[in-house]
Amino acid sequence: MKKQNEKKEHESQLSMIWRRFYRNKSAMLGLGLLAFLIIATLLGFFIVDYNTDVVGMDMAQRLQAPGGGHLFGTDQYGRDIFARILYGARISLTMGVVIIVISFTIGGIIGSVSGYYGGFVDNILMRIMDIFYAIPYNLFAICIVAALGSGMINLVAAMSIALIPMFSRVVRSAVLPVCSQEYIESARACGTSDLRIIVKHVLPNAIGPIIVHATLNIADTIKAVAGLSFIGLGIASPLPEWGAMLTEGKNYIREYPYLVIIPGVAIMIAAMSFNLIGDGLRDALDPRLKN
Amino acid sequence: MEEKREILLDIKNLEVTYQNDGETVRAVNGLSLVLGKGETLGLVGETGAGKTTTAKSIMGLLPKKIGKCTGGSILFEGQELLSMDEKELRSIRGEKISMIFQDPMTSLNPVIPVGEQVAEALELHNHDGRTREQIEARVDEMFELVGIPKARKHEYPHQFSGGMKQRVVIAMALACNPERLIADEPTTALDVTIQAQVLQMMTKLKEEMGTSMIMITHDLGVVAETCDYVDVVYAGEVVESGTVEDIFEGKAHHPYTAGLFHSLPSMGKKKERLTPINGLMPDPADLPEGCFFHPRCPGCMDICKRKKPDDIRLGTQTIKCHLYGKEEPQGGCAD
Repeated sequence: MKKQNEKKEHESQLSMIWRRFYRNKSAMLGLGLLAFLIIATLLGFFIVDYNTDVVGMDMAQRLQAPGGGHLFGTDQYGRDIFARILYGARISLTMGVVIIVISFTIGGIIGSVSGYYGGFVDNILMRIMDIFYAIPYNLFAICIVAALGSGMINLVAAMSIALIPMFSRVVRSAVLPVCSQEYIESARACGTSDLRIIVKHVLPNAIGPIIVHATLNIADTIKAVAGLSFIGLGIASPLPEWGAMLTEGKNYIREYPYLVIIPGVAIMIAAMSFNLIGDGLRDALDPRLKN
Repeated sequence: MEEKREILLDIKNLEVTYQNDGETVRAVNGLSLVLGKGETLGLVGETGAGKTTTAKSIMGLLPKKIGKCTGGSILFEGQELLSMDEKELRSIRGEKISMIFQDPMTSLNPVIPVGEQVAEALELHNHDGRTREQIEARVDEMFELVGIPKARKHEYPHQFSGGMKQRVVIAMALACNPERLIADEPTTALDVTIQAQVLQMMTKLKEEMGTSMIMITHDLGVVAETCDYVDVVYAGEVVESGTVEDIFEGKAHHPYTAGLFHSLPSMGKKKERLTPINGLMPDPADLPEGCFFHPRCPGCMDICKRKKPDDIRLGTQTIKCHLYGKEEPQGGCAD
């Protein structure tokens, strides 16, 4: 094995991670699903016109079954569901990713500082987080949206703030065991500064659970945004957010179940793809799980 | 001897305590040692004698919350290390003083290629504005020096065997050409064969680079092979110090040192049984009165239970024991 490695040109860390990821079938399935979603979303930019297809009503065509002239049928206002799903993907995916990136960056900073320094700093930061943590995060998001008013920006802010306490906890608990490792001490013995130790030595070793948590939570966030839209606190109609589409369809669920099934499946596919990718990344990121 | 030695590091009466659940653990109690330029000093003692704690206080790496230096001084090239702040210490660590850690298995970062880890100290203390290529070249040089094919520098620690890892650790510690190296049991985690290789390599490197070294170990064989001076540490203080000849061939010994040698299996002498030192290290949270060694000492006298012995000088040797008072040694412990 050693011989092979020597012969092979040194491969970069990224390509190694990719190689391991590539071997993982379910992770590749997740990636495939996500790619499919992204391509569909991008296609939406070209084939879907917001005013005519997405929000344009056509009462003559209302509640058409899937197939026929409309791939996914039409809703109670005669809007094409296929177009709305495509357009909705844009909203759902962006919201999911943006919310996680924001809350993870802030939560990650809080968590790693807290875990690395410990003691007083840790206590103060974590007690503040506990205050936020005491409120269920859906409820917290609802409170913020209720206070600030619904709308995309407010929803993003609300969800990000609501998720920070959880992520800071996750990052802290991932960072803690790493901080007591001897290689951290040995890095300090080399004269490495605290910031560099956190960024270069601590976080890469703690990244596994963090990444998994982040990707799993993208799925959760997409669902939560859909949920908030479902109860009327998220994206307001007529914007075709998937959750909002579920709400609109629920009155017709008996006669026209496809009105809820189609957005539901879309949410499921998005959530599943991120879940699978998350699991795959965890395995791929850990060089100790060799091949 | 002192007049010829150029003193690089001078520790005087160092005292370190750990605060633990209301208990005060006195890990180091008035330890003094000197290290001259180009010398190797062996710090010998049992587990828990305070060897590693001493090393960590030199590096300023005592656990922040619980460990504290309560007294004494550590002078490095005339500068007081104990009063330095974190920033000044950082500029010394890695560049002027390096440390080789006890366990190569855990002291390498598992997710960073070894070459990068060796390069880290170089990047941090890059005063001459070395370019990336020069640093890489230096890393290659270090790898060659410690006997690892440089093609392997992109590999991760888990792809190396224990001995190879220890070489990487040594390369890391030596990358900046430190004036002083603290090796904390560098060979304990290794096979005997690898141990010999690593020791030989360290001695060679030390000679080439003119580094002074503190070798912390409980292996007397390692001491005999590598050290110029030896300090025997017991319960956080130096009970006997001298040149390596004094310790291994001298007539007079502290009873503890004598005990250490008796605990050693010997190839030459035919012995039925080893004579271990009975008992355990005293609990550092509850140290005995008088001489710390008296509960275990075979030659314990009344005075030992009451009065702490002073340093007694015998030529190049210093022994902290009542046996060697004003009058001639009474024998008994010397062997």
